[in-house]
Amino acid sequence: MTTTMPDSIAAPADAKETIKKVSIIISKGSLEGVYPGLIMANGARMEGIEANVFFTFFGMDAITKKKQDKIKVATVGNPGLHMATWLGGVPGMSSFVTHMMKKKMEELDIPPIPEFVEMIADTGAGMYACKASVDMFDLSKEDFIDNITDIITVGEFYDMAAGGHIIFT
Amino acid sequence: MTATIAGVAVEVDNEGFLQKPEQWTKEIAAEIARENGVADLTDRHWQVVEYMRNQYLETGNAPSIRSLGKESGVPIKELYQLFPKGPAKLAAKIGGIPKPRGCI
Repeated sequence: MTTTMPDSIAAPADAKETIKKVSIIISKGSLEGVYPGLIMANGARMEGIEANVFFTFFGMDAITKKKQDKIKVATVGNPGLHMATWLGGVPGMSSFVTHMMKKKMEELDIPPIPEFVEMIADTGAGMYACKASVDMFDLSKEDFIDNITDIITVGEFYDMAAGGHIIFT
Repeated sequence: MTATIAGVAVEVDNEGFLQKPEQWTKEIAAEIARENGVADLTDRHWQVVEYMRNQYLETGNAPSIRSLGKESGVPIKELYQLFPKGPAKLAAKIGGIPKPRGCI
């Protein structure tokens, strides 16, 4: 009896699998909601992976002129902070925690959101706003920073993402 | 492991990054560049590669892409035109230093 090995096992060890394209959705408007997607997008480009970033719902704050430098850590309803709910709601708490986190990020050479977004656009990544959210919040192209490639529909997003991986944050 | 690049036996990791920066020569740089899709190392390429290498030799760490864009004299947009497959990684490889491990 002869057995044949499946291709995946028989493939030579040096034929390493690689990711060619990622499409990242940023849907949250808190500091801890925005950064992971930005880091993933920038990291993809650093590895030579094609990247698109799709900003939807409150995630659009990261590309909205008036809001992108006002994004804060959520101190209420955020169990990860291990802080009593009443304490998280104390006036100024969100600003304070945001300040501490930004300070640490600067030490680690992680750029503030406006600079990071510009940096990622400069890497050649596509930067898109979600049409449904734009309509819902009564926004227009003028409300966004100049680096935004386009406002697109969900269908157009899927077209663009075809053949790659989609990451939702 | 050992590899022969531009006729010289050098210590590399499994992705081809030199493990001993002192074994590096400009000929090695040119050959690594060619193998990684950069046919000709222009003055602008060299500016990035040398900045990368010098920073590593001075501090023991490769610079982040952010400081590369700010301090090498070559802005981010151009970095990606020069090194489409990833500027920090490729400039480190060409510059004969270990693979940068930063996330930014």
